[in-house]
Amino acid sequence: MTLDARVPSGSIAEKWTNHKFSVKLVNPANKRKFRIVVVGTGLAGASAAATLAELGYGVTVVSFHDTPRRAHSIAAQGGINAAKNYPNDGDSVYRLFYDTVKGGDFRSREANVHRLAEVSVDIIDQCTAQGVPFAREYGGMLDNRSFGGAQVSRTFYARGQTGQQLLLGAYQALARQIGLGNVELHNRIEMLELVVKDGRAAGIVCRDLITGEVFSLSAHAVVLATGGYGNVFYLSTNAKLSNVTAAWRAHKQGAFFANPCYTQIHPTCIPASDEFQSKLTLMSESLRNDGRIWIPQQADDARPPSQIPESDRDYYLERRYPAFGNLVPRDIASRAAKREVDAGRGVGPLKNGVYLDFADAIERLGKHVVEERYGNLFQIYERIADDDPYVAPMRIYPAVHYAMGGLWVDYNLMSNLPGLYVLGEANFSDHGANRLGASALMQGLADGYFVLPYTIGDYLAPMLGQALVDTDDPAFRSAESAVAESTKRLLSIKGRRTVDDIHRELGKVLWDNCGMARSEATLTKALAEIPAIRDEFWKNVRVLGDDASLNQSLEKAGRVADFLEFAELLCLDARHRNESCGGHFREEYQSDDGEATRDDEHFSYVAAWEFAGVGREPALHKEELVFEEVHLATRSYK
Amino acid sequence: MRVKLTVWRQAGPDATGGFKDYELADVSPDMSFLEMLDTLNELLIAGGEEPVVFDHDCREGICGSCGMVIDGVPHGPQRGTATCQLHMRKYTDGAHITIEPFRAAAFPINKDLSVDRAAFDRIVEAGGYITAPTGAAPDANLIPVPKAVAETAMDAAQCIGCGACVAACPNGAAQLFTSAKLAHLNLLPQGQAERWDRTIDMVETMERYFGSCTNYRECEAACPKEISVDFIALMNKDYVRAQLKQRRLAGQVFP
Repeated sequence: MTLDARVPSGSIAEKWTNHKFSVKLVNPANKRKFRIVVVGTGLAGASAAATLAELGYGVTVVSFHDTPRRAHSIAAQGGINAAKNYPNDGDSVYRLFYDTVKGGDFRSREANVHRLAEVSVDIIDQCTAQGVPFAREYGGMLDNRSFGGAQVSRTFYARGQTGQQLLLGAYQALARQIGLGNVELHNRIEMLELVVKDGRAAGIVCRDLITGEVFSLSAHAVVLATGGYGNVFYLSTNAKLSNVTAAWRAHKQGAFFANPCYTQIHPTCIPASDEFQSKLTLMSESLRNDGRIWIPQQADDARPPSQIPESDRDYYLERRYPAFGNLVPRDIASRAAKREVDAGRGVGPLKNGVYLDFADAIERLGKHVVEERYGNLFQIYERIADDDPYVAPMRIYPAVHYAMGGLWVDYNLMSNLPGLYVLGEANFSDHGANRLGASALMQGLADGYFVLPYTIGDYLAPMLGQALVDTDDPAFRSAESAVAESTKRLLSIKGRRTVDDIHRELGKVLWDNCGMARSEATLTKALAEIPAIRDEFWKNVRVLGDDASLNQSLEKAGRVADFLEFAELLCLDARHRNESCGGHFREEYQSDDGEATRDDEHFSYVAAWEFAGVGREPALHKEELVFEEVHLATRSYK
Repeated sequence: MRVKLTVWRQAGPDATGGFKDYELADVSPDMSFLEMLDTLNELLIAGGEEPVVFDHDCREGICGSCGMVIDGVPHGPQRGTATCQLHMRKYTDGAHITIEPFRAAAFPINKDLSVDRAAFDRIVEAGGYITAPTGAAPDANLIPVPKAVAETAMDAAQCIGCGACVAACPNGAAQLFTSAKLAHLNLLPQGQAERWDRTIDMVETMERYFGSCTNYRECEAACPKEISVDFIALMNKDYVRAQLKQRRLAGQVFP
């Protein structure tokens, strides 16, 4: 099967404009005849649900949280990019497009990225109108800051809580539609199956997390905005409940999973402290604007950082990448830190970090300016590390953060299954092999506010008059019994190991063998170990309680069961991609000075995998990537 | 560290709950409070007892999912800190810690330490937004916002909706939550068109679900974001003014 991305013709700057004119429209009076289910209420899901409801569609929203405002978009700190060029420093839509394609190491779809850059400016206008309290200059105009991978200041922010404020904006727009009766909201409901009928997405099967009831929702289109899969590594910066379940179960129903090996390791996180660690905490990349990263020249330098003189310090990013310095893209900053720590030059009690130092910034700007910019981040750090970053440098180390891979979608954000749309982090499309900082918020909101509301009409318009598939239909009934069956099975194992215990084991295998650096040997090792852990899980997991009340172990067990299958696909994809690009670094493919070496001749494609059964080799479908605008080149940030 | 825990266990919304004692022998001071509870749950599962249910997600103090009453104080002893950011180094070896769910008539208990805070959503749905349908917005810099106003709006907007303010209030009032959302939107120029309707709709919805404010100020002390009770004063002022406004002329008479 050839994958048709349905990229419109025309010059790059005209594609989206032309496409908006050529997609079919649903007349305003007919929109209410369609029912759309949106799963997930992060930036992408909430903005899509609110906008679709404003347009007049019948919208049902499903969230496993107790309120839509809890989604993990809320934890994004640093900011959101937009090509506004307010600072007059030479930014443009084309430059944002160019930076994003280059930052993604030439593994993203050009047309999608250009559209993202185009609508970025509308997002800022929209969010400002909603009352998002972006940072301001004294004259009342919006302030910008710079971010990794760019040489212009195009990042809008609300202190270190930009994700929170953008999500609350989208949540409030959604709440308005709920209050008006245009959106039906289901909280504490988890999607556990996608229902496909006659080759089209027809609805979902859910479980009520409070009562355990399994029920179905029928729809003309299903929208997944269910986030990324970073928690497959157990330790990541993702929220504890973030998971791959919705995407994975759609994959098992036929949706292709694209580029799962593109995982982003974020350079500035608080290093792990002990084996009880339940998650890792990110410190916004914006800190690299004013903080300087260094390590002592000598390994095992026992002096406190303040007593190490300049001459004994190695500001390794400034040394190796003078043009971008501390603002190199995330993948490069992460690998550089790993290199130093692996060489035994790490700092801290476990020698597992590098310093991020604000002494110069405090001297240059004054403590109050640093506090205004980063106050809440410094507070988070102080709470966790028990150390005051105004006095001593922070210790940071890379951690799993974001998934560039996800379900394959075409230009309309529709998966290969007609009627199934995938938005935000859950899809694969815009960031290539590496996402630039402050671009996740941009993509989630672009998809939800400005892309899907246009493109979904193209699918729905010809379906006018078609009734919803009855939830008594055998397609729904059999999916419901499969869900109930697997719940019962988890409860019946009554083994000896907890879900977390097995999840931690899986995470360690992945981090050691498929983390910041991978090789054919480590991946082959992981692929041998994962099925054994999966067998162990299904033989020996212990899930107590019943399925008729709130049972968090049961929820977790279902999600870990999916991670155990997904992990194999992640490693297979990483092993098949015989090149290094962006977040995917294969040790065999690097230059003499340790930079990633791409193989454009053989791997300039999207790897979209088709499910063939648990433990069976999936089928590979390729979407060739064509670069008409940005010429393939080795990234250089020197 | 050793800790002794007294934890509220309740099987479901309608079940009778009660306290149960547990002991943990090997707690690291670097653990977060929730990691300490994770450890308890691992031990409970190993011993065949159902783990303690508690809500949590981001564990970075921003999602607002977590929240329990620790030794009588919502989110525990550390000021300006959500439960997930509280660390065991704040306790001494041998500490005895009592943990219960947020207690308020408007927050029924789901199970153990998990409560239903849906009433907060009803308040926001009643008017906690600026009506700005997607696509209608003017250029963002056409709406200048004085820096001081933006900063104060942000002070209010950073509420995480955890419900500690309600749990801390002897009356179970939601004034701090409601006033924070109102202040965020009512202070900004974008929020003026709906200011008076928003105030009345949100306050009256709040009154339907929650108790009344009698100025104990426990809410401010418990708030993990240290949101000021000044916003309650602003809300009360706006509520009185909203009652007096001829709303069709509201645009003429601001501020």
